[in-house]
Amino acid sequence: MYTEQVMDHFMNPRNVGEVENPSGVGTVGNAKCGDIMQISIKVENNVIVDVKFKTFGCGAAIATSSRATEMVKGKTIDEALQITNKMVTDSLGGLPPVKLHCSVLAEEALHAAIADYKAKQEAGEV
Amino acid sequence: MNRIYMDNAATTRVTEPVFEAMKPYFCEKFGNPMSVHSFGRESRRAVEEARRQVAAALNADSREIYFTGCGTESDNWALRGAAYARGNTRRTLVTTTIEHHAILHTAEQLEKEDFKVVYVPVDEFGIVKLDEMEKAITEDVFLVSVMTANNEIGTIQPIEEIARMAHAKGALFHTDAVQAIGSVKIDVKAMGIDLLSLSGHKFHAPKGVGALYMKNSVHIERLIRGGAQERTQRAGTENLASIVGLGKAIELATADIDAHNAKLIEMRDHMISEILTRIPETRLNGDATRRLPGNVNVSVRYIEGESLLLSLDLKGIAASSGSACTSGALDPSHVLLAIGLPHEIAHGSLRLTMNEENTMEEVDTVVEALVEIVKRLRAMSPLYHAEKQ
Repeated sequence: MYTEQVMDHFMNPRNVGEVENPSGVGTVGNAKCGDIMQISIKVENNVIVDVKFKTFGCGAAIATSSRATEMVKGKTIDEALQITNKMVTDSLGGLPPVKLHCSVLAEEALHAAIADYKAKQEAGEV
Repeated sequence: MNRIYMDNAATTRVTEPVFEAMKPYFCEKFGNPMSVHSFGRESRRAVEEARRQVAAALNADSREIYFTGCGTESDNWALRGAAYARGNTRRTLVTTTIEHHAILHTAEQLEKEDFKVVYVPVDEFGIVKLDEMEKAITEDVFLVSVMTANNEIGTIQPIEEIARMAHAKGALFHTDAVQAIGSVKIDVKAMGIDLLSLSGHKFHAPKGVGALYMKNSVHIERLIRGGAQERTQRAGTENLASIVGLGKAIELATADIDAHNAKLIEMRDHMISEILTRIPETRLNGDATRRLPGNVNVSVRYIEGESLLLSLDLKGIAASSGSACTSGALDPSHVLLAIGLPHEIAHGSLRLTMNEENTMEEVDTVVEALVEIVKRLRAMSPLYHAEKQ
């Protein structure tokens, strides 16, 4: 049911873990639904120089979070905000329709991490 | 890769003796059992021999056995047939919260048809609450339907006692025994069972054949109308080869239940104790002893079930889970919620179901694989991290 790319990201997830001294952290989803995603980013000169994720969820949730981190690494904040869950799933060769909702979390977690970074920036913390 | 099949509650393989018994009934012996000629008569004899085999396995009479297309059809027939036959005077169905969807969705349909349905809850081990069952069974109840053993957590229900409660109020008693055949000794007479559903593919017969036992003195409405097959109660040309397979398979499955169970219980209990001791924060779902001998169902905290299944599958191990993600639904298994598990723990459930073809070596291989997989997935889980700090 999953593409080879999805299974590759599930078995060999990229960027697992948490960035040290993160510029921003976003956590979305809830355990009740069976999906929680956390993305932490390190931003330097408006560029995401490091990004890591942790996910509690199904194969689709793990693979899309892995792929999303790969896609935003090295991007500017504005470029990263352009990345949609559709771009993530398309680059994985698609997901079964019933699994598409899992991929929304990757985009949401990334946006939450960036919002956290911006809030900290405004508060003068980073 | 050596594959390990531990999803026998989902389905089983057709074994060689069963297949051998079926073989002549495709190309050589193909007559319609309803035909009067010799071709028909040899097929009729085969169907009636299978009926005798099923009856013997249940301590029923042959004429109390009706072949159907599957366990789900048998369940539909029992519930709706009883409702329509008795609906003039009795309007309530009593069942439980942990039945198979073949029962629950049929019950929901009856509710839409203005019948009343009472879903009796279970305790934390998945055993039906008998005091609530007794209260639920009133003079308005046409049928009480309680599964013999649960398909997810393997809990074996006290059906004899519930059958007595049903009869005391003039209700019929039906049991979905789909998971129980070959593991739980069934004696329909001694146990007071009026209607019983079974399905061939759970005990090495092919898919697409089941049976309904209906006590001689009991009458329910027929659902499938047409020809005069199955003593006019279930129309449709008999699924000849599969019926032959079902007869052979149930004979083999019930030949020595004690020996079959002894081996399985040893493997089951070894697997449960290995998982619970070697993987922290795991729990057994269901009852430790009032449990199908081949059923293991555990919850692994901080991990979602589908990712467990995928990881096991990549190692050639077939299992199943009650997580939402494996069913296409948003909620995890209704059975795990009914025994009081919070959603996040129900999402992390894993079911491994064995039969006599599994080995202790396979159990050990699966446990080793599981230890490794859980470690990997937990390292990725934000929940594990958060709670450990």
